[in-house]
Amino acid sequence: MKKYSDLEYLKLSKGKKRLYKLQSFFCAIPQKILALFLGLWNIIKGCCLKVRDEALDIYSTFVHGDWKTKVSFLVMGFGCLARGQILRGLLFLLFEVVFIGYMFIAGGYWLSMLPSLGKVGPSEEYNVIFDTYVTTYNDNSFKILLYGVLTIFFIIAFVYTWRLNVKQNKLAEQILSSGKKLRSGKDDLKSLVDDQFHKTLLSLPLIGILVFTVLPIVFMILVAFTNYDGTHDGYYNNLFTWVGLTNFNTMLSWTANTGAGTQSYAATFGEVLSWTLMWAFFATFSNYFLGMFVAMAINKKGIKLKKLWRTILVLTIAIPQFISLLYVSKMFAKNGIINGFLMSMGWIDEALPFWDKASWARITVIIINIWIGIPHLMLIATGILMNIPQDLYESARIDGANAWQQYSKITLPYMLFVTGPYLLTSFTGNMNNFNVIYLLTGGAPTNPAASSAAGTVGYTDLLITWLFKITTGAESQYYLASVVGILVFVVVSLISLVVYNVLPSIKNEEDFQ
Amino acid sequence: MTQNEMNQKTSGPVKQHMGLRASRMLSNSAIYVLLIAISIIWLIPFVCIVLQSFRVESTWQVGYVIPQQWGLDNYRNLFNTDFPRWYVNTFISALATAVLQTIIVLCMSYTLSRFRFKMRKPLMRFMLILGMFPGMLTMIILYRVLKDLGLTQQNSVPGLILVYVASSGMGYYVSKGFFDTIPKSLDEAARVDGATRFQVLKKIILPLSKPIVIYTILTAFMAPWGDFVFARYIAFGSSAGSNVAVGLYNWLNKDQIAKYYTTFCAGGVMVAIPVTVLFMCLQKYYVEGVTGGAVKG
Repeated sequence: MKKYSDLEYLKLSKGKKRLYKLQSFFCAIPQKILALFLGLWNIIKGCCLKVRDEALDIYSTFVHGDWKTKVSFLVMGFGCLARGQILRGLLFLLFEVVFIGYMFIAGGYWLSMLPSLGKVGPSEEYNVIFDTYVTTYNDNSFKILLYGVLTIFFIIAFVYTWRLNVKQNKLAEQILSSGKKLRSGKDDLKSLVDDQFHKTLLSLPLIGILVFTVLPIVFMILVAFTNYDGTHDGYYNNLFTWVGLTNFNTMLSWTANTGAGTQSYAATFGEVLSWTLMWAFFATFSNYFLGMFVAMAINKKGIKLKKLWRTILVLTIAIPQFISLLYVSKMFAKNGIINGFLMSMGWIDEALPFWDKASWARITVIIINIWIGIPHLMLIATGILMNIPQDLYESARIDGANAWQQYSKITLPYMLFVTGPYLLTSFTGNMNNFNVIYLLTGGAPTNPAASSAAGTVGYTDLLITWLFKITTGAESQYYLASVVGILVFVVVSLISLVVYNVLPSIKNEEDFQ
Repeated sequence: MTQNEMNQKTSGPVKQHMGLRASRMLSNSAIYVLLIAISIIWLIPFVCIVLQSFRVESTWQVGYVIPQQWGLDNYRNLFNTDFPRWYVNTFISALATAVLQTIIVLCMSYTLSRFRFKMRKPLMRFMLILGMFPGMLTMIILYRVLKDLGLTQQNSVPGLILVYVASSGMGYYVSKGFFDTIPKSLDEAARVDGATRFQVLKKIILPLSKPIVIYTILTAFMAPWGDFVFARYIAFGSSAGSNVAVGLYNWLNKDQIAKYYTTFCAGGVMVAIPVTVLFMCLQKYYVEGVTGGAVKG
């Protein structure tokens, strides 16, 4: 491909400019992907180097350190205690005691069971005295997996703390040898509201995220490699165990399954994915452009009652979605108000099948989503539109630009430039827009051919509602839900990566031409 | 320059001006028509739901809007169901979430906006990636864990609050954007005068942060009223542990809808009124938050 310099580029005709941009966009993709892999490689290399440096540092600390430091390698916090930093020393020591105690009492067991996820399932025994079968519950796969992961987290935390302990010793030696004083426990406490204040502030939120987000996500990723479902719940009926990549094979295989539908899982997944992307595209951009349009209409000079219009629109944000969406979905039902009204006016003879035909349902969902989504965009666009310098429009008007030209040359590029990141997040947000789909249609109308883990898959089901249906379905195939979840993550992160990496190159070019 | 050209020069702008005025009048009235149409479309469902909540003659869907017989039967009926319980459940969890979530979000966003520490960038990137996992997936395990702790079904409210609040630190974007706009020189001036970081937060930043505090409280308070997924998972079939969204949703099931449709409308109105009034009162702060957040990304 021929590369133009800036001057040559400016000389090109409009059509050729577009073509050139498009070409360079697509030519850049392989480069970007290559750069991505190179970046990954660099990260891995960096990590390896870091580990080597750390090891060397630990070694030299041990070799050159005094006896207090050397003891600290085994008894954490000894160095601190011996040098008078009582508080730090006690904390280190306490952590080590707790860790070793935990590993002996429980951690070792969980860790040793992790490879098998439990050996003995619940067993029934005949009890002669009461003349019944009594079940004894034995291993608990769920707990083994959960506490196993937790133990691994704990080990990582311990290694980190141990390393910190070694570093502390080295630092203390350096400080003492240069003749300065060490910080006392009181100073340490004081610094928690001063220069270490960020640690105090972050501790609570981060513990919450670690326990309620990171741990569950790691757990669920691991579940994708097990056979955890309603009939293998790991304690009450059967144990579950590792099955390797079987679930991914099931989800991505093209052979028809024998279950509910005749379609293969891969075909069903493909259909749901393509509708999810289609939905995200239309939902995002219909809201974006219509919301911008409404905002411009309300902001236009000479329009009165601006506040009233805005307040009316904002109602859909204020009222909880489950009320408004459930009600609207009933309005569009066969015996609902909309059909009743149309029939009483004599415009139609038969009820319109808003929710009964695939294409009808899909279009209705997108249109109702506009009702929900425009107000948000209207608010955002109002804020941004007010920031556009008015003299730009003035000079455009003097040059004889009409309304459309002003819009396409000033307003739209400005909006796109400012809201670029927002567009991306709202696209991925719409991909996971559970509420609108589930409350409006529940995924209906059902696709009879689609195979599903349990229950049904409909033509308006997004990946996220499908996931929900799998987990709440009769068989509760959690492992398939977690495969779907992982695939959702892969799709979302791929889209985000591509947009972040590829888009700015053309976006920057388009700043205000 | 000929006379003709002169004429053209002077008459041109005048003519254009007249044209502009007329076209502006025309376009403005077109916009008014459009805005009125939009307003009607936006209001219809809400008007309908209010009207139907007063309908007495039938509890099932009918093809007309204005009731033939008006009355408060549906509202009275609400008290014969578990609705008051759901309402209290939701209210308590909304209140607790509003307080705790605000504290957590503000801690998180303030720190990420103001402090520069080694793990800051990796932490933010990590949370961005974490956010790409569908949160619903975590429900499966959280349900099992909460069940072991005895915080599900009838006792779902504390469990629900825990789930809402615990991960809320991930939603720091909007308020971080706000804190970024407060000039750092303020902090530095106070630090030079010997204030600790804590004092800076308490005496300087917090008084300036009223808009974002109100925005965070408002959104945190409103979310539990509309939460459906997590609440349904944790209540798991127990009516006493449901919140309004789950309870009202179940009234629209196929076997219940004939009996409860108008009661659903009444319940919907009862839920919508306080939330909407609150939102409308604090609208200004919401708009500030939303616009700020979108621009920052």
